[in-house]
Amino acid sequence: MGVIVYSKPVTGKGVHMAETIAFTLNGQPVTITTDGQRPLLWVLRTDLGLTGTKFACGQSICGACTVLVDNKAVRSCVHPVRNVAGREVRTIEGLSTNGELHPLQKAFVEHDALQCGFCTPGMILAAYSLLQENPEPTREEIIEGMDQNLCRCGAHTRIIDAIQDAAAQMKGGKA
Amino acid sequence: MNDNPQMELDFHDIVTDPNLSRREFLKALGGGIIIFFCIGDSSVLEAQRRGRGYPEDFNAYLRIGPDGRVTCFTGKIEQGQGAITSLPQMLADEMDISPDMVDMVMGDTAQCPRDMGTFGSMTTRFFGPPLRAAGAEARKVLIELAAEQLQAPQERLATENGVVFDKENKDKKVTYADLAKGKTIERHAKEKPPVKDPSAFKVMNKPFLRRDSREKVTGKAQYAGDIRLPDMLYAKILRPPAHGAKLKRVDTSAAEKMEGVSVVRDGDFVAVLHKSPDGAAAALARIDSEFDVPAATVDDKTIFEHLLKNAGPENVRAQDGQLEEGEKQAETVVEQTYLDGYKAHAAIETHTALAQVEGSKATVWASTQTPFPLKDQIANALGFKPDDVRVITPFVGGGFGGKSAGQQAIEAARLAKAAGKPVQVMWGRDEEFFYDTFRPAAVVKIKSGITKEGKLALWDYHVYFAGDRGAAQFYDIPHHRTSSVGSAFGGGPSPHPFATGAWRAPANNTNSFARESQIDIMAAKAKMDPIEFRLKNLRDERPIRTLKAAAEKFGWKPAPAPSGRGLGVAVGIDSDTFVAQIAEVEVDKRTGKVRVKRIVCAQDMGLVINPEGAAIQVEGCITMGLGYALTEDIHFKGGMILDRNFETYELPRFSSLPKIETVLLDLPNEASHGGGEPAIITVGAVIANAIHDATGARLLQLPMTPDRVRKAIAAIA
Repeated sequence: MGVIVYSKPVTGKGVHMAETIAFTLNGQPVTITTDGQRPLLWVLRTDLGLTGTKFACGQSICGACTVLVDNKAVRSCVHPVRNVAGREVRTIEGLSTNGELHPLQKAFVEHDALQCGFCTPGMILAAYSLLQENPEPTREEIIEGMDQNLCRCGAHTRIIDAIQDAAAQMKGGKA
Repeated sequence: MNDNPQMELDFHDIVTDPNLSRREFLKALGGGIIIFFCIGDSSVLEAQRRGRGYPEDFNAYLRIGPDGRVTCFTGKIEQGQGAITSLPQMLADEMDISPDMVDMVMGDTAQCPRDMGTFGSMTTRFFGPPLRAAGAEARKVLIELAAEQLQAPQERLATENGVVFDKENKDKKVTYADLAKGKTIERHAKEKPPVKDPSAFKVMNKPFLRRDSREKVTGKAQYAGDIRLPDMLYAKILRPPAHGAKLKRVDTSAAEKMEGVSVVRDGDFVAVLHKSPDGAAAALARIDSEFDVPAATVDDKTIFEHLLKNAGPENVRAQDGQLEEGEKQAETVVEQTYLDGYKAHAAIETHTALAQVEGSKATVWASTQTPFPLKDQIANALGFKPDDVRVITPFVGGGFGGKSAGQQAIEAARLAKAAGKPVQVMWGRDEEFFYDTFRPAAVVKIKSGITKEGKLALWDYHVYFAGDRGAAQFYDIPHHRTSSVGSAFGGGPSPHPFATGAWRAPANNTNSFARESQIDIMAAKAKMDPIEFRLKNLRDERPIRTLKAAAEKFGWKPAPAPSGRGLGVAVGIDSDTFVAQIAEVEVDKRTGKVRVKRIVCAQDMGLVINPEGAAIQVEGCITMGLGYALTEDIHFKGGMILDRNFETYELPRFSSLPKIETVLLDLPNEASHGGGEPAIITVGAVIANAIHDATGARLLQLPMTPDRVRKAIAAIA
């Protein structure tokens, strides 16, 4: 048997039931028309072209897809896009301002707190959320707060150092 | 540390016409000085001798552009190991430029010298020497050109920071940019030019921060899944529930009716395509299929018996003396069997590829450790000429050996050809855990003996299905034999129920676990401190100095095990690097839970290009090692993999991490040895030995789960 391709042409309805969802993305208003049950991850990566947010487990286990919704870490791979209507979504692309790295990003660079970099956006945004809740965490609190974010390369101790350093920087009035 | 703002585009995929040949591409670069190098010449005889498959024809290794920037072409890829930083360090010193002046083009088969792949800790060892030679050659060419331009003899000229100047009149100078401007010079270096002496290093052997961090912390770094092409589609592929299962019946009609969905069927290969990945997943869910699943004959508990039953002939890898004589000399003989289960690579990035087929040509962006072999495989699968397929490797989100297999790229290429549109295949985590080329389950049997004086007299070592690497022992034992049975992966029939392959330091993790556990048992039998016992039985200077360096850093106080302190020792060799580790653990005897508190690691790895990068690799190795030592194991029933996500397959976490201290022996005048793998090989044994020191219980199977630790403690109570 040869290769068979069956295609149903697109008529505008698609596989999804469309609804209109408006939210703020990295400071800019965004309105999309799509199935509200779709995971935020794929809407960000595919429809909105922001590929800094990564897919890794698809089941909210590893944290690679972490984004901020109203400054709180959210696992975008299982978060329906409908749930961000009217909210502020921040992805890794929106963390630096005018080319100036956020103290967390700077600290990750200065501590070499990454290797392959695939878990890094999720790590940084999870740390951001952690520091919002607890601006002066102890080492133990950082470990506890970050323990559900997985890294396979083994950058863990450097990530902890970077978060501690960033916390000190941020306390000094930066960001 | 070079903490100045980092170059954002030092790693670029110059995506122009994907169908240009390599030579055409270099011409299209727009002139400059291009250094072609033939790795088959005397400068890299070692790489050649070892059959590493480096090219014997001339390839461009670097180009000096009219802006004075240097582009380094390498078939190596960046998967987090840091070659993107260490290779520019080499060029910087050889060419007298700042490393920031170097741009990297990595893993692009249309531009880079052919390369077997990024594995085996070989980048620094085997690609490093010819790259340095190419850099030295480039500097020579620049001086020749400058001599003409400055009207000065070459001997009087020197180089510094991208400038050639007259030593007698420093104002007489010309920049590399000016020398390269408006020229197209191709230089084919046939002989090895002299490279810099370590005493002249300004950049090499100095710690440098990663060069790719800025892109990686801002989300700009592109991985294979981040490449976007107009009209591209995302694929989901129908998968069997178990290895060996056959498709019995499939009904794709419901998916075909979904708007915007294409269904591709090529025999048993059934896939759905959609303009979004979740749309494709929704369509896949509408496919009704039935598979014939063969009855399971083996699982993760019976696998070891199964392997031994299927063991073929032994291959003797090393031997000396007479085993009978050794047994006679021995006062104490111990026989022991060690077991190790299957492990997943579990990189955070799943296997991903984007393929574009135009006419008889294909371009594939792939997360791969082996772009050149993959190119040939794709050509074969599509029926294209190898030169008509180009593989481009963006950043790779972790490989560890698992991305030497490129099934996903072949799938993407087949689908792109069928659909007539670019297609991305990004495996889900369940597919990743299914099609992974697992580290093989293995058995090691050892019989060893010591004399009254605590000297090893007998060593009879048999490894089944792990592979040879790290099997041969390095102690001073008069009567020894090491044999290996069965292939670990690749080629020939295999008793493994699914694919197995290279997993960071293949075979060596299993072999070092068994050897160093057995050595520890013998030390305890001799009632000797485990370090003193090893030093007494070693003759090779390298493991001796490495072990001493670790002991000194740790602040070791001798005591025979079990001392109750929870301290363990292990020594190993991988990729020509000797590694010695000392661990401190805490064992909860009631629950069997092991907490590793501290690991000191010393490495004898010759010239270290980037000590910061090498230390990071040690930390990565130790962290990954904690997983196979304590928690990671693939559970399965026949061809059915039961661990399909991180929920049950437990990777090391922040809370698992011990304090890690690294000592790199200062040996700048020695050749560089491998750095990406050695420090992982001893983690199983060093923890097993520390558990024994804490509790008196000996763990003989990896991983050392709380259940197994508890049982081992109960067995000696």
